[in-house]
Amino acid sequence: MSRAEVLDGPGAGLPVAAPAPVAFARLLRSELRLVLGRRRNLVLLAGLALVPVVIGTVLLVTRDSALSGQGPAFLAQVTGNGLFLVVAALFLCLPFLLPLCIGIASGDAVAGEASAGTLRYLLVVPVPRTRLLLVKALAALTFAAAAVLAVAVTGLLVGAAFFGVQDVVLLSGSTVPVGEGVVRVAGIVAYVGLSLTGLVAVGLFFSTLTEVPVGAMAATVVVAVVSTVLDSLPQLSAIHPGLLTHHWFDFAEFLRVQVDWGVVGSGLAVQAAWVAVFGSLAWARFTTADVTS
Amino acid sequence: MTSTHDADGDLAVRTAGLTKRFRSGQVAVDGLDLAVPRGAVYGFLGPNGSGKTTTIRMLLGLAHPTAGRAWLLGSPMPDAAARVLPRVGALVEGPAFHPYLSGRANLARLDAGDATADPRTSRRRADAALDRVGLSAAATKPYRQYSLGMKQRLGLAAALLQPRDLLVLDEPTNGLDPQGTREVRHLVRELADGGATVLVSSHLLAEIEQVCTHVGIMSRGRLLLQGERAALTEREAARLAVTTRAGQADAAAEVLRGLGLADVARDGRALPGGAGTARLTAALGPTPPEKVSAALVHAGVDLVGLEVDRPSLEQVFVELTGEGFDVAR
Repeated sequence: MSRAEVLDGPGAGLPVAAPAPVAFARLLRSELRLVLGRRRNLVLLAGLALVPVVIGTVLLVTRDSALSGQGPAFLAQVTGNGLFLVVAALFLCLPFLLPLCIGIASGDAVAGEASAGTLRYLLVVPVPRTRLLLVKALAALTFAAAAVLAVAVTGLLVGAAFFGVQDVVLLSGSTVPVGEGVVRVAGIVAYVGLSLTGLVAVGLFFSTLTEVPVGAMAATVVVAVVSTVLDSLPQLSAIHPGLLTHHWFDFAEFLRVQVDWGVVGSGLAVQAAWVAVFGSLAWARFTTADVTS
Repeated sequence: MTSTHDADGDLAVRTAGLTKRFRSGQVAVDGLDLAVPRGAVYGFLGPNGSGKTTTIRMLLGLAHPTAGRAWLLGSPMPDAAARVLPRVGALVEGPAFHPYLSGRANLARLDAGDATADPRTSRRRADAALDRVGLSAAATKPYRQYSLGMKQRLGLAAALLQPRDLLVLDEPTNGLDPQGTREVRHLVRELADGGATVLVSSHLLAEIEQVCTHVGIMSRGRLLLQGERAALTEREAARLAVTTRAGQADAAAEVLRGLGLADVARDGRALPGGAGTARLTAALGPTPPEKVSAALVHAGVDLVGLEVDRPSLEQVFVELTGEGFDVAR
């Protein structure tokens, strides 16, 4: 249809649409306000932030007892250097708490709107489906980042307050100055955050399949758990490198004298592949499905 | 370009052979040819489960037709959704909003999704829409605290956030009390007076029959008939009933026959007026009732009563389907 026709025809006075990036930004702001303002999500973030507080407190109370120095990796270093509380807390949250929170946020993304019935009203506004899915994906990724930061930032604050921040002793026993230590811990936080993007994509895909948000959330968490289980079976070592969770703990690479960027890169590449596959599936499903909710 | 010109320019909604078959094999909508003229208030009527909502979902691009095509405001759907839908306000299968957001915040949320909406006027338009449906006082209350009627009103407010050329209102009176129903009718009339086309669906004929200029009746996925409401109800000949003094019945019958009315008969039933009166019935045909009364008076017949019995839409529907309006639930 030519422009003149639009102006002369029955559609004279057509509303003018803002440029796509402007419209996208406005919707994204609204979505972020919705996701980050929602009480349930804030409770999740607060719960995550509580983890380093609890760990820090326990270590502080028991530091002079016989139990001091026991426990999983990185825990023993915390009393000596508060920076390690960030690493220890992420190490403890990564297997289950973080996937759970991310499963909830990403599984809810589309299915939540569908179950509330608000999806049909967004689509007739109209919000183009691809734009809506992208906004939902970015909001879910933002929540994942917020979740990791909630652990990391409180870990840093509590660790520094309880145990102080010293030069960082690496896995090999050599020591790097505080400044470099902080950069290395920041690298760990970034790697953990990026490691969760594949799971966000999986959750988003499940979210487009159902009108029952709890179903999508549970399925997402199940994927993470099953991936961990499969990763523990040596008989399946052939598929281990491609598993969603296989490279999650490679963040320890940042604590080696020479960071092997090949290891870091392959971990991130696997996540990128999961994002590409499940992002495409989510897009294919969401842009063609009938909205019946 | 050709596709847009397939549609008549003066139709706000048009479908051609629109069909929806669900995966279960059930045919929800079967070869629908809707024609809603611009400026009309089109009553889209039918029992629950007759396919009205599925049709509306296809019109709005929420569901894909199995076969057939649909045009809104002259443009094909769903291809032209981005261009057309900003001019369409819709209430689909009941209101739906975020329960923990206020009415106003919910409207702001929808407005944020509209690329054609000016963010600077968002608040003003939301408040105007809330005011229009009588929700100003509850603007800051969370949606979950709204009554059913208030929720329905917020749904209408969302449809009115922007000036619209077409409103698609699916069961807008659901959950409203009689006063609320009257207000919705008033609102529909107001929108139509403002030049908008209104497609309003209902399973309760009587609730919206009075505001419609056009009517389409669905049953079991098919459009039984559509057209101007007046024409539909006049399809069935209106009946005239005249009550006179008993002694003047023959004279009155003579007058009626003289006017060319067919089927003049004396109603033998006992009358509330007592033994002194007689009742005649006749097919009115095209004759205006006022002409009948004038002729009777002119002939010196004492006119005790005169009724014109036009069949209601409900009667038309029952006649077409052989079933009551609520039976097909």
